[in-house]
Amino acid sequence: MVVADTERLTAKTFGVEDSHPDWCGGCGDFGILSAVKQALAKLGRPPHEVAVISGIGCSGKIPHYINAYGLHTLHGRALNVATGVKLANQDLEVLVAGGDGDGYGIGAGYFVNSGRRNVNLAYLVHNNGVYGLTKGQAAPTMRRGQKTKGMAEAAIQESVNPIGLAIASGYTFIARGYAMAQPDLVDLIVRAVQHRGTALIDILQPCPIYNDLMTIDFFRGRDIGHNRTYRLADEGFDGRVHDPSNQDEIVAKQQAAIAKSFEWGDRIPIGVLYQLDAPTYEDELAGRLPELGTSSLLDLAAPGQDISRLQDAYR
Amino acid sequence: MVARHGKPNRPLAGDDAMKENALSWMIGGPALTGGVNSSAEVFAKACARAGLYVFSNIEYHSNIMGRHISYRVRTSDTPVHSHVEQVDLLLALDSETLFGTPEYQDYQRHGGHLHRVAPDGVVILDAKAKIDHSAIERDDIHVVALAYDDLVRESVEELGVTYNARRHSVMRNMVPIGASCALLDFDINHVVSLVAEVLPAHRQDMVEMNRHVLLHAAEQARRAYAKEEFHVTLRPRPERNGHMLIKGVDAVGIAKIHAGCGFQTYYPIAPASDESVMLERQQTQYPIVVLQAEDEIASMNMAVGAAHAGVRAATSTAGPGFSLMAEGLGFASITEAAGPVVVLWQRGGPSTGLPTRQSQQDLRFALQPAHGEFPHIVVAPGDAREAARITHMAFNWGDRYQMPVVVLADKFIANSLVTLDDLGLDGLPIDRGEYWTLEMNGSEPYRRHRLTESGISPRAVFGTPGGQYVTTSDEHTERGRIDEQVENRMAQMEKRMQKLDLAAEEIPDEWQYEMVGPEDADVTIVGWGSTRGPITDALPVLQSEHGISANFLQIRLLRPFPASVVREKLNRARRVVLVEDNYMGQLGMLIAEQTGIKLERMALKYDGRPFSQDEVVEAVCEHSAADLGRLVLSHP
Repeated sequence: MVVADTERLTAKTFGVEDSHPDWCGGCGDFGILSAVKQALAKLGRPPHEVAVISGIGCSGKIPHYINAYGLHTLHGRALNVATGVKLANQDLEVLVAGGDGDGYGIGAGYFVNSGRRNVNLAYLVHNNGVYGLTKGQAAPTMRRGQKTKGMAEAAIQESVNPIGLAIASGYTFIARGYAMAQPDLVDLIVRAVQHRGTALIDILQPCPIYNDLMTIDFFRGRDIGHNRTYRLADEGFDGRVHDPSNQDEIVAKQQAAIAKSFEWGDRIPIGVLYQLDAPTYEDELAGRLPELGTSSLLDLAAPGQDISRLQDAYR
Repeated sequence: MVARHGKPNRPLAGDDAMKENALSWMIGGPALTGGVNSSAEVFAKACARAGLYVFSNIEYHSNIMGRHISYRVRTSDTPVHSHVEQVDLLLALDSETLFGTPEYQDYQRHGGHLHRVAPDGVVILDAKAKIDHSAIERDDIHVVALAYDDLVRESVEELGVTYNARRHSVMRNMVPIGASCALLDFDINHVVSLVAEVLPAHRQDMVEMNRHVLLHAAEQARRAYAKEEFHVTLRPRPERNGHMLIKGVDAVGIAKIHAGCGFQTYYPIAPASDESVMLERQQTQYPIVVLQAEDEIASMNMAVGAAHAGVRAATSTAGPGFSLMAEGLGFASITEAAGPVVVLWQRGGPSTGLPTRQSQQDLRFALQPAHGEFPHIVVAPGDAREAARITHMAFNWGDRYQMPVVVLADKFIANSLVTLDDLGLDGLPIDRGEYWTLEMNGSEPYRRHRLTESGISPRAVFGTPGGQYVTTSDEHTERGRIDEQVENRMAQMEKRMQKLDLAAEEIPDEWQYEMVGPEDADVTIVGWGSTRGPITDALPVLQSEHGISANFLQIRLLRPFPASVVREKLNRARRVVLVEDNYMGQLGMLIAEQTGIKLERMALKYDGRPFSQDEVVEAVCEHSAADLGRLVLSHP
């Protein structure tokens, strides 16, 4: 194995030749994997400086297909593990991936609290509305009253609004992507990674086997004669807070993002809904111990720390 | 089953004689408003500063304010590690301290502490508290009543300062200390210098006020105490005045810093959070991040992530939190994370149970803390110093064997204060385990879970050039790829479990067990964890007062279990008594499982209180006199 030359990074650099996805044909996960590799090439970090941390589910397998450090963790706990990885070594570029059940269901508490912390991570949620790996049960994003062909009965629980929840939790970069809109998704991932703080991209994706409602045809709008997805930027929507010290602007931008998050049906917005430059958790840590502003715990926390002063405090 | 409770203990040795520095002191009162904790801790510290050996332990309810606290201080001229049942001096801030509460009297479970007072002992109480003096009904003890608030007021006004209850009533906590000093013939300046240290620069005017309160309390106590001399005196031992007075939670915190633990996570829980709070205060001084997570699932998994990224990581919790950590522990083990170190401060279970009380109920849970079969290490320290040293070693073992390590401590160690020369951390080895570097593989891809002779696969810390790998909570190949094939499954299972055999082989004996006392004895006491204190204190008493020679087999390493040495020691023992703070005799079950030896004589306690020295003595005496089988102790 050779260390990658950062001068010649391509999507292929981040591919793994002898490990092949076991996703179903037509799965949105292929689109997301492809966009991640392209984005990583654009970001210019060599593979050994990247860590991809995933949850459990079809999407959780994504680190197996990326040439980088990878941890395929537990159902709903990817953000926790990623938080530990990033705080241990801030020099790593940490991407987190998981499904909508993983992030908004079993991991909902960690989804909320990760927003509060604002660790410098990019979190990609593969949102297909169903639990694929367990054969098609409704995910927390399945709308009330909807019934896929795989569900025994229509959903009688209300769906979660991930964008609204992210706003309420303090995420500082919130976007929605679509797995099949490649150049846009690559661009969103690049921006999410470059953002300082916790970035969420809720990525809509078809599940060709279990979700016969959110199909490629649905997103293409074959029934209504136009694409359902549209770019927020094309309509002049600007989710970025330009003056982070202006509380009024922050509230206005949050309200606008939440309003947009309820758009569904014939028109589904894609793009950055909200972005705020705010101190990261790492910034706050450097406020406590300035060395953490320039070095990682990995380098600072060596065994054999001098504790004589500490012991003497108890004498 | 023999159930015993409620009877006063036999008198302490040499009760009639003057006792120098051998004191059993207790203060009781309501939580938060009473100043019980500060009185006890200041008094304990003053004794430690004077060169006495001190052991001090607290009993408190799971409440914010108002419920009964009792705090003991025991001093000695030789090291002490436990409390005794009797008290020489009882400081009562309220009626409950003496008589218990009516609701509890229904259960005959908490009848107050009056019955603990030794013959010729003294009760010092607040004359203004609602205490029915006539109910004391003991003519073998002395009662000293002081009007705490009046005394504080007079002391303040004497200095020409207008008395202000809000500002000055805090000095009530000096009254019992001053009174104690008078009876014990102990110079109040030991206390005054501590007060000066504790008070901030702008409150130094309070030092003189505190001194006056101490002086007045001492004077009035001397006047109210009818007798010439109290039977215990405290004599300073200046040659020993440099030792520490420290709680287990702080000792472990210091050990984590020393070990280079860079990342500690926690969720608030009694009695564990004090350790994390201590570490939080050190974040501006040392490279450690203490993260208060949203729950223990997050705590655990964050620590696992940091361990994979190469930083020594730890978390700290009690039983309820450890229940939530189960899933993450299994994940750490199958992915061969280097750690994390989990300090489990046991308390009374099940469920919420007894949040602030002692137990050793979590041994079996700690041995099998998650589904599936996986390796991890479980090790139980016997006191604060051992807790520090074992915590240090736990990081070494996590790094070397690439598995989580559970340090199984408890409330008795967490909250008890003990005098120590140091924590014994200097000179302990540092082992970060085997690392992988690019040069080691040549052109071959890195195999994170490589099958090796020892079972250990050199690890590439995230960020190592050329080491990119993925690993997973699924069963996986040497390269960390998901795999369900039969041969690979067996090879990886065997590889992981083999590391436990290696650990059993490599971990030096001193971390596995200790035999305290004579190799050959009438009785061999077997235990683990914090019962070490009362058991080791009981050994000389058993010999000198009851003519029973006893030794103590303390088992520290519980997984991997030192089966052959335990079998050998037990086969050689004449009469074995198992001592545990639980209902089931969990160590006994483990010993039976690992050695085939069933220990019939048990001394168990599951009342949520730690063993006292006297209870161990009592248990061994009773087991020596008859074949009792299962003996249950409680002295409410």
